[in-house]
Amino acid sequence: MTVKQLSVFAQNKPGRISALTKLLAENGVNIRAISVADTKDFGILRLIVSDIDKAKAALKDNAVVQSSKVLAVIAEDTPGGLASIMEALYAANVSVEYMYSAFLNPSENNACLILRVDNNDNAVSALKEAGFRLLSQEDMAKI
Amino acid sequence: MAKYWNEEIETMDYESMKKLQSERLVRQVRHVYDNVPYYKNLMDERGVTPDDIKGIEDLHKLPFISKADLRDNYPDGLLAVPKSECVRIHATSGTTGKRAIAFYTAKDIDIWDDCVARAITAAGGTKEDVVHIAYGYGLFTGGLGLHGGSHKVGCLTLPVSSGNTERQIQFMQDLGSTILCCTPSYAAYIGETVAEMGLSPDDLTLKAGIFGAEPWTEEMRRSIEKSLGIKAYDIYGLTETSGPGVAFECECQTGMHINEDNFIAEIIDPDTGEVLPEGSKGELVFTSITKEAFPLLRYRTRDICILTREKCKCGRTLVKMTKPMGRSDDMLIIKGVNVFPSQIETVLLRDFGATPNYQIVVDRVGTTDTFEIKIELSDNMFDDTIRSIEALEKKLSADIVQILGIRAKISLVEPKSIPRSEGKAVRVIDKRKLV
Repeated sequence: MTVKQLSVFAQNKPGRISALTKLLAENGVNIRAISVADTKDFGILRLIVSDIDKAKAALKDNAVVQSSKVLAVIAEDTPGGLASIMEALYAANVSVEYMYSAFLNPSENNACLILRVDNNDNAVSALKEAGFRLLSQEDMAKI
Repeated sequence: MAKYWNEEIETMDYESMKKLQSERLVRQVRHVYDNVPYYKNLMDERGVTPDDIKGIEDLHKLPFISKADLRDNYPDGLLAVPKSECVRIHATSGTTGKRAIAFYTAKDIDIWDDCVARAITAAGGTKEDVVHIAYGYGLFTGGLGLHGGSHKVGCLTLPVSSGNTERQIQFMQDLGSTILCCTPSYAAYIGETVAEMGLSPDDLTLKAGIFGAEPWTEEMRRSIEKSLGIKAYDIYGLTETSGPGVAFECECQTGMHINEDNFIAEIIDPDTGEVLPEGSKGELVFTSITKEAFPLLRYRTRDICILTREKCKCGRTLVKMTKPMGRSDDMLIIKGVNVFPSQIETVLLRDFGATPNYQIVVDRVGTTDTFEIKIELSDNMFDDTIRSIEALEKKLSADIVQILGIRAKISLVEPKSIPRSEGKAVRVIDKRKLV
C-alpha cells in the first residue's frame, strides 16, 4: 500500500513556492504533507495532496512535475515511535532515502510519516508484519 | 633596430602589390583547379576556368568557399599536394563536428613564419629579444605560429605554453623575457598574478606583447599595458589560411596590416556575396595566394570588419583591417575557443533525445570569460531526487567539455523561464562588451 507523491522542480527565486501553492489553492487541492529539499540553485518540493490528478493538472503548465510512490505510515507519538519503524525496515534490509512528516493525524496519539525507500514492496510487507498501519491514497483525501 | 622585417613588401606601392597579387593569384587558381577535384567542380559549375582569371580584377568570378566546404572535405579532401609533401597539420579549435584540418608544406611553414616575423618586428622585436610564448602548443596554431616567427627573427624563444602562471612569471624574471605572446585574457591574468605576487611591472623586463586568437577591447589593452608595463599589439589569423600572422598591428595600434602578398582580402555583403568598396563594413574574405598544401580561394571568414588603405604613419602600405566587429554567423569565441550553438544542440539532442529550450549566456568577469548554459528542464528529465539532477548536470558538463574543450556552467531552469522573442527562444546572450 503506497501513496502518490508529487515532486516539483523549482528554481531558487523569490515567490516560487508562493506561486505553486497558490495554484493548488485555486484548484481546491489540499496539501497533506510537504517538504522542500534545496541546493544552491534549485529546490525540489515534495507534496502529498488530497487530489493528485487535480494537482497535476493545475501545475503541469507551470512547472516540471514528477510523481512517485512513497509510504505513509502511522507512528505512535511517543518516545521510540519512529525508532521501531526504522528498526523494522532495517531488519528487512530496506534503505530510507528521505522522509518527512505529514499534516494529518488519524488520532491525538499518532503522527503520519512519509517515507521514500529503495524498495516499496519489501518495506510494505516488513511494516505490515511488524503491525504498523499504512495509509492509502484514499486516506489522503479522507483523513 | 630594423623597423620592418621585409621592407620591400611591407612598404610596396599599391600598383606593384596588385601586380604581385595578380601573378600569384593566376598561378594559384591553376594549381587549385588542377589538383583539387572539389574546386574544379565548384568552378566548372560556375562556368569559370583558370583562363578566365587574368588578375585580381577577376577574383570576383571565383566561387566562395566556407567552413561547410571544409567540413564536407574532412580530413584531406582539399589537399592540393601529395601528403608526402606535407610536413605538419594544425586544426581549428575545440570542436568535433566543425573541426577543420589545415596542411602545410615546408614552404607554407616558411611563409607563415615570415608573416609572424613581420608581426614580431612591428612589435619592436629583434634577435636580441627573449620571446615568451604562453599560447597553447599543439593543434592550435597560436603556440607553434609565434614560435616559428620568433625563430625566424632569431629571438631566444621560450616555448612555455599556457598554464602554471607563477612559474611563467618566475621564468620571465629569470630569463629576462621581453616579448610576451598569448591570448589577451591570459595576458590580463598574468598581469593580475604579477600584482598578487607582490611584484610590479618594474620587476619584469617585458616591453611588448603580441596578443590574439580572441576578441579584446581597447580598455583591456590599456589595462594589460599598465599591469605588465608593455605596449600591447594585436595579431589576427585563422587556421584555415595558416594561423596568426595573417594580419598584425604596428606601433600606431590603429588596425592590423594584412600580409597581402600572401592573402588577398575582400569585404563582401554577407547576405548577397557582393564585393563592397573600401571602407565598407562587411564580411572578410581571404584568398591565400602562396599556400601550397591547403590553398583556399575566397574563404569566407565570417568575421565582420572594415578594410582601409589610408596612409599609415608606420610607413607600411599593407591594407589595414579593423578588429573583427562581430560575426556573420552565430559563432562565439569563448575563452579563445570557437563555439557554435549547434554543437551544444548536438550534445542536448544526444543526452535527451530531443532539444530542450536552452540559452547560452556569455559574460566577462574581470578579464575571464564566463560561459553558462541554461537548459529548461522537462518532466522526462526529472525524477524526484536532487542526486539525479546533479548527476544530469554533471553529465551535461562533461559532454560539453568533450565537444567544445571548455567548461560551461550548466544551470537547469524551469520551463518557460528562458525569455522568448516573437515565440522564438533567444539562444545567445553575450554580455561582453567587446566592440
